[in-house]
Amino acid sequence: MEILVCVKRVPDTAENEFELNSSGNDLDRDDLVYSVNEWDNYAVEEAIQIVDKVGGSVTVITVGDDESEEVLRREMAMGANHGILLTDDAFEGSDGKGIATILKAEVEKGSYDLILSGAQADEGAGQVGGMLAAMLDMPYASLVNKIEPGDGKIVVGREIEGGNQEMNEMDLPCVLSIQTGINEPRYVGIRGIRKVASVEIPEKSASDLGIDAASVGSEGALTKRVDYFVPDLGDGAEMLEGSTDEIIEKLIEKLKAKGGL
Amino acid sequence: MTHIYAYIPFSNGAAEDVAMEFSSAAKKIDEGAAVTAVLTGSGADLEKVAQEMTSLYAEVIKIDNADMAYPNAEVVRKALVAVLPTGAVLLVPHTTFGMDLGPGLSVRMDAAYAADIIDFEGMDATTLKGVRQELGGAVSTHVTIDVASGAVITIRPGAFAPVEGGAAGGCVIDKSGDAGDLSTNRKFLELVEAEVGDVDITKSDVLVSIGRGIEDEDNIEVAQELAEAMNAVVSCSRPIVDAKWLEKSRQVGTSGQTVKPKVYMAMGISGSFQHMGGVKGNPFIVAVNKNPKAPIFQVADVGIVEDILDFMPELAEAVNDL
Repeated sequence: MEILVCVKRVPDTAENEFELNSSGNDLDRDDLVYSVNEWDNYAVEEAIQIVDKVGGSVTVITVGDDESEEVLRREMAMGANHGILLTDDAFEGSDGKGIATILKAEVEKGSYDLILSGAQADEGAGQVGGMLAAMLDMPYASLVNKIEPGDGKIVVGREIEGGNQEMNEMDLPCVLSIQTGINEPRYVGIRGIRKVASVEIPEKSASDLGIDAASVGSEGALTKRVDYFVPDLGDGAEMLEGSTDEIIEKLIEKLKAKGGL
Repeated sequence: MTHIYAYIPFSNGAAEDVAMEFSSAAKKIDEGAAVTAVLTGSGADLEKVAQEMTSLYAEVIKIDNADMAYPNAEVVRKALVAVLPTGAVLLVPHTTFGMDLGPGLSVRMDAAYAADIIDFEGMDATTLKGVRQELGGAVSTHVTIDVASGAVITIRPGAFAPVEGGAAGGCVIDKSGDAGDLSTNRKFLELVEAEVGDVDITKSDVLVSIGRGIEDEDNIEVAQELAEAMNAVVSCSRPIVDAKWLEKSRQVGTSGQTVKPKVYMAMGISGSFQHMGGVKGNPFIVAVNKNPKAPIFQVADVGIVEDILDFMPELAEAVNDL
């Protein structure tokens, strides 16, 4: 099975305390730690496990700048066979549809049986997989937490509310967005990264892909982020301060009053 | 005047709560907007809910087809594309169903897409301004949505105030005949119910709930000791279940259990809306997190900036000494 996995380089929510810049309209990006989107690791792991079972190859792809190459290499160190970087100044400021349009152009140059993405990324929209499927006229399932590959068909479980699972049978080729917890992504060590350090990763621009630059990027975007802000949500929590002993004393009084002890 | 369509999901003959929230969301888009509810399904349940919606919406479209008895998003998408007029602005809940339906629908309708909107700040000509969050709720953003050619907008459940029904006096319009061919390449097979675990976290008045801040599987013991001291039960957020450190039945959140404790101890939990969506009944929330910017501090009653691995044993000891 030929599998394409769409990945993204994102600010790491576990490693950063997000603050606004001095103008208050963007994140302070100077010291941000970036990594591959957490959901994408599960998608790549799943692809590798499917190929281990039924044969084929795994290609990882991203839309981004030069620095996005590092996330492709990381996923290749996990075991993906190929990487493709779609990069062009014209891609900057794309909305979900712009990204899906760029990916579609490259997908159509290959022959993939299965296309995976993470269920969501840093922006929390969870949109690119579903858009790509519609553009390619392929069936789609989101929030997938189980895959059983078959012949020309695939059985997938979707995670729905309350921890329940919705089982579906789909024709191949199809597009799936992968939920965390579907597997346990393998650890990538320094040695693994070194092994793929010199593998060539092709870069493709808007003209390589035959994309009209006006249809993507901020020019083509119908939905645009205007700014970042920290909402005023009233007082928030009453913060307990002092030494740990003092905090615990205050907390115990409150817990007693609220039925916690 | 904008014409807004609100897709109302239902199950077991009852509309989801977003039915009442969408009418206030639509008013925040455009006070004078005409709002039409849209329901898809099959048989008596669909008819019952469609009739109920006439108390909230002046117009209710129903699309009845046996293929939509279970809400398979691939089928529903085809029906909506066939029935909705060009340029429609459609509201859909940002749920596991809405996420399945919405992105592809916006492509098929050749319309804008905006996901997980939590507020609207008005419309200027055809540019709608919305509010959403990024990075797990750590920051908010304003977005502009060009609705000139229509839009599919998913709305976070619970984000808009519910409107009581009663006065709309609407009518039901049957559009089943317009749905056309609904065959798809994705067939719904069955629902697999969540497994029941060894402990029922929904029955406990006090929960010691752990998140990423627990750092390592071996540290779960520390939370268990605090829970024992407080006569509580250990629950958790999603990453702990993803790491297979606790079973799924211990997970609080929209994709896990909904709990209504008296006291909720959020230990090393950042407080994403998916997690907090499972915490109901307005409990007293204590948040301990070493990151002072964690979103949990916006919703907690009491906040403490400390490392839970240091704090929990000290609290357990102090409680045991009482």
